[in-house]
Amino acid sequence: MSEMQDYKSRVSDPASRKFETFSYLPQMTDAQIRKQIEYIVKKGWNPGLEHTEPEHLMDNYWYMWKLPMFGETNVDVVMKEAEACRKANPNNHIRLLAYDNYKQSQGTNMVIFRGKTV
Amino acid sequence: MAVKSYNAGVKEYRQTYWEPEYKVQDTDILACFKITPQAGVSREEIAAAVAAESSTGTWTTVWTDLLTDLDHYKGRAYRIEDVPGDDTCFYAFVAYPIDLFEEGSVVNVFTSLVGNVFGFKALRALRLEDVRFPIAYVKTCGGPPQGIQMERDILNKYGRPLLGCTIKPKLGLSAKNYGRAVYECLRGGLDLTKDDENINSQPFMRWRARFDFVQEATLKAERETGERKGHYLNVTAPTPEEMYKRAEYAKEIGAPIIMHDYLTGGFCANTGLANWCRDNGMLLHIHRAMHGVIDRNPHHGIHFRVLAKALRLSGGDHLHSGTVVGKLEGDRAPTLGFVDLMRDSFIKEDRARGIFFDQDWGSMPGVFPVASGGIHVWHMPALVNIFGDDACLQFGGGTLGHPWGNAAGAAANRVALEACVEARNSGRELEKEGKDILTKAAASSPELKIAMETWKEIKFEFDTVDKLDVAHK
Repeated sequence: MSEMQDYKSRVSDPASRKFETFSYLPQMTDAQIRKQIEYIVKKGWNPGLEHTEPEHLMDNYWYMWKLPMFGETNVDVVMKEAEACRKANPNNHIRLLAYDNYKQSQGTNMVIFRGKTV
Repeated sequence: MAVKSYNAGVKEYRQTYWEPEYKVQDTDILACFKITPQAGVSREEIAAAVAAESSTGTWTTVWTDLLTDLDHYKGRAYRIEDVPGDDTCFYAFVAYPIDLFEEGSVVNVFTSLVGNVFGFKALRALRLEDVRFPIAYVKTCGGPPQGIQMERDILNKYGRPLLGCTIKPKLGLSAKNYGRAVYECLRGGLDLTKDDENINSQPFMRWRARFDFVQEATLKAERETGERKGHYLNVTAPTPEEMYKRAEYAKEIGAPIIMHDYLTGGFCANTGLANWCRDNGMLLHIHRAMHGVIDRNPHHGIHFRVLAKALRLSGGDHLHSGTVVGKLEGDRAPTLGFVDLMRDSFIKEDRARGIFFDQDWGSMPGVFPVASGGIHVWHMPALVNIFGDDACLQFGGGTLGHPWGNAAGAAANRVALEACVEARNSGRELEKEGKDILTKAAASSPELKIAMETWKEIKFEFDTVDKLDVAHK
């Protein structure tokens, strides 16, 4: 058994903040993000993008990037919008959401680009 | 209208309560009983007796029968079937007119369906296998206070199962030490922690002190992680008055979720509490202590799928449903059957999963099934595959037993969960590739790596006692 480790998470350290689904995994690569977009469009959900300053991440409402991409099934188009959103908001967390209009809720929601936390 | 006259005495039940020609009404409550009769009684007679004793009948004719329209109110046995692979018993299907029951009262329905009839001498054993609640009756019940979708919105959890843990040891911690255990779990990455069902308000930890310390722990973990957290504060109490007092206090201090034991607490208390939660914007976690007494014997009692339906009607946002893979009872196909009954809007009859009737819930919200008991990180791929996203996975020992403590145990479970969901979304087969998925995830999580070394060999492989009825091959 290896030596016991301290759990490094501090209220005083903004880098300790998490942001829900997939935030305990390493930042996804572009290839991994594309897989998640594929999953969303295969489910028939509508992809959308939102972003926020990291210090406001607990708010329900982040800034919507344009409008949800209703009916969009092209992974390249979604990816390009995500890149555009990141370019315009380089310090912000950017999350990819999937609107499920049958359940009237979000099928999934994940931060795909992590903002500056310090 | 035919003239009926009064003849005192005992007549065969089948003359009144066996109607094989009966056309089931859309508004009828339908029940499937598994009947083990005493020797020498015909199937039709005993099925009719069950229909009679669980509705309008009694053992003898009474003159007051003639003051009402029995045809409107009586239950009818309308079908008999063999039980596959078991000659000692048979299935009897009974239809009850909706007017037999008070609206919105799970209490009233069960007082009839599983009342005196279960002690009936002509029966060796009796089991209620399934009940079809007509949409007309469903609409009279409140159901889950918030439901799956609302809970996701309240807690901001999407695209994955919720992750929880029951605080242990289940009895004996002081309130402050207990709050410590909660804090460590939540800061490590769990969404929810849970009071054990036995924890009410004992001398070693009174409820109010527990609520205060646990709420401080929850709020600090939220500040620290930036994520929504909750702890199921158990408000199960000796009296309804006391239960509501505790629920009110939980709300007052800002807790998002409370908890109740619906079988030991009772349907009356549960339905009232669910209504209170709906009125007060609170989530309600439901534990099922005592269910094993009622549902485990394959020949007697009530199948859990019926108890699950009762809970969905009475109201609850979470319900323990077994894990299929952990330390507690649970055969895979029937477990998936009643998990669907808890979550979906319409469930088709499917004998291969133990579902005897179509069940239409209309717009009644769904209940999160809770998989809890004897599970750890190695079970994660199977759990995600079996339950999908709409479930709450609870790792008690699998969190608190981590060699580095609760926070590390929580992080290990959270990493394992997210790795499995990410892999599933990417089109990988979880149960086949589970080991590879977890091993890769552990490369960037020392907490998961140690957890995988700690629990590698633990498996629970006892045979299930309550199996589906299937023909012997």
